Amino acid sequence: MPRANAAALKDAGIAGFVALMLAVPLVGFRTIEGPSGLTLQTRFDWVAYGVIAVFIGRLLLNVWPNTWRLRPQRAQQTSNAQHQTTMKLVALGGVGFAVALPFLPFADRYVVDLAITVLIYIMLGWGLNIVVGLAGLLDLGYVAFYAVGAYSFALGAQYWGLNFWEALPLAGALAAMLGMLLGFPVLRLRGDYLAIVTLGFGEMIRLLIINLQGFTGGPNGVSGIPRPSFFGFPFAREVEDGVMPFHELLGIEYSTQHRFIFLYFIILVLALITNAFTMRIRKLPIGRAWEALREDEIACKALGINPTNTKLTAFAIGAMFGGFAGAFFATRQGFISPESFNFLESAFILAIVVLGGMGSQTGIVIAALLLVVLPEVGREFAEFRMLLFGAAMIAIMVWRPYGLLSRRAPTITLGSGGA
Amino acid sequence: MTLLKVENLTMRFGGLTAVDDLSFTANAGDITAIIGPNGAGKTTVFNCITGFYKPTRGRIGLGALDLAQMSGHTIAANARVARTFQNIRLFPRMTVLENLIVAQHNKLMRASGFTLAGLFGLPGYRQAEKAAVEKAKAWLDRIDLLGRADDEAGNLPYGAQRRLEIARAMCTDPVLLCLDEPAAGLNARESAELNRLLLDIRQRDGVSLLLIEHDMNVVMGISDHIVVLDYGKRIADGTPAEIRADPAVIRAYLGEPEGDAA
Repeated sequence: MPRANAAALKDAGIAGFVALMLAVPLVGFRTIEGPSGLTLQTRFDWVAYGVIAVFIGRLLLNVWPNTWRLRPQRAQQTSNAQHQTTMKLVALGGVGFAVALPFLPFADRYVVDLAITVLIYIMLGWGLNIVVGLAGLLDLGYVAFYAVGAYSFALGAQYWGLNFWEALPLAGALAAMLGMLLGFPVLRLRGDYLAIVTLGFGEMIRLLIINLQGFTGGPNGVSGIPRPSFFGFPFAREVEDGVMPFHELLGIEYSTQHRFIFLYFIILVLALITNAFTMRIRKLPIGRAWEALREDEIACKALGINPTNTKLTAFAIGAMFGGFAGAFFATRQGFISPESFNFLESAFILAIVVLGGMGSQTGIVIAALLLVVLPEVGREFAEFRMLLFGAAMIAIMVWRPYGLLSRRAPTITLGSGGA
Repeated sequence: MTLLKVENLTMRFGGLTAVDDLSFTANAGDITAIIGPNGAGKTTVFNCITGFYKPTRGRIGLGALDLAQMSGHTIAANARVARTFQNIRLFPRMTVLENLIVAQHNKLMRASGFTLAGLFGLPGYRQAEKAAVEKAKAWLDRIDLLGRADDEAGNLPYGAQRRLEIARAMCTDPVLLCLDEPAAGLNARESAELNRLLLDIRQRDGVSLLLIEHDMNVVMGISDHIVVLDYGKRIADGTPAEIRADPAVIRAYLGEPEGDAA
């Protein structure tokens, strides 16, 4: 036992030392804006607390490993039917809550705005899930389709005066076409190689937007993107003659909140359409072929499945939803610039899909909620907010290495009689 | 009647000639076995026939088609040649039933109007899906896995996975089924069951079989015709009885007798 204790102490000591090395530059020094410019303040007391906390924490983990360690676990083995009923209830509850949210007492402008952001990421996650989760094609450039959707609306409005509803199908179609275009050359690639090419593709689109300055506005972006109107009734306090604003239509007091609530419902409906579409297509031959392709491409070929067409449809359909989400993003922001479409954005969407549990629709909702809301909640922690975010991500991966919800629901069962 | 006619098939990988000017035929309704020591080129021949390799030279005739000129998935889709793999290739995280439904992809794809009709749940597609499930059920019954239809294929015991892979290949409605070492890793009882299944496939479904096998109980028990390969060349060709007595085959398998060696 003494030997084990000594080893535990030594290990905790090493952990403490690593914490010290990291904490001195990260926590120990701080720049303060003083009257005579920036001054350096030291906070070695904080460093000491941190190192002691790490040392004791690690020691406890070592001494009672089984009680303290987060152990990886897979989903409990309940029966499939049972699992599906629970999931259905959860989904129904979630949708019910989402519909009611803007009318709840705590839903001020900030909450609705945050909810819109969450929904955009849910929709992007669901779109990317078709490519990564179902078809198993690792796409690191998904944000390119998001950008194409956003710019189709922004430029369509600028040059041809398209409104949001006219631009939406255009954004989807352009993104889908681009998805196919990207799909063709990368079809023979798999895994890491595919990831690298899609990553490059995402950057290409961003650089194109920056450099086609005459057409896209370059790094200055596009501003003055029209806000959506309620089927012809604008959200505004004052309008020109002959146009009836939304609040007069309903005969209610004008409030800036109306527009946010309307935007919220647009993205909610778009996201739900994405979900319904994915759930449906999973049960069709093309959806099953995507999953089969993810499992084993060689076996697919031996069964006469055309891998080229199958991959291209996955790319195109995933891209299409990215395009829709992009058009919505443009109208919500009113201003877009290439900066919104960098690689970090792709990585963030991919993180949502992976943490959610590849292929799980509900898992993506939970992951998007966590990843978007957590940094917001963590605002009080100021500069340590991203630290908290990282810790949460590590915790999920340790505790649930296959994602939050890794259980795959069969697309057809004998029990259901093949309906 | 000849179903498959392989003529002067040659496959080179760089400097290595894996298959060297090989010719043989397989008759319709027969079980034809390809045997030979390790590295004789058996699997390479299979990969050429099923479109995974493009042969360097030669013709692989199946009816009016030349499989050597066709590629990848079109051989399974249009020439109706199905295959299984030496190291089982199921879709492990999909259920047993789903594996058999995916095998009927092309038929269902047409029925779903290339997804559009299916998206709106038109009756034509629902009918086709029901028929596909019925067919899968019939096969599950034949391979004794009906009770495990909704389990993940990867969770099945090894022998059951082998049977499922054969059933999956059969769900593509092949005229020729190529089996790459179907008895590998099976115990005596399981390989006897396999023999019954393969004979049943030939009898009931009228499908011709081409198999690579090391298990001589299987090969000698069910084959009508055996082709023996060594170093990519055909060294013997005949009925099981002829092959058993062929001195060239014995030499290839047991080595050259030296003096009193036996």
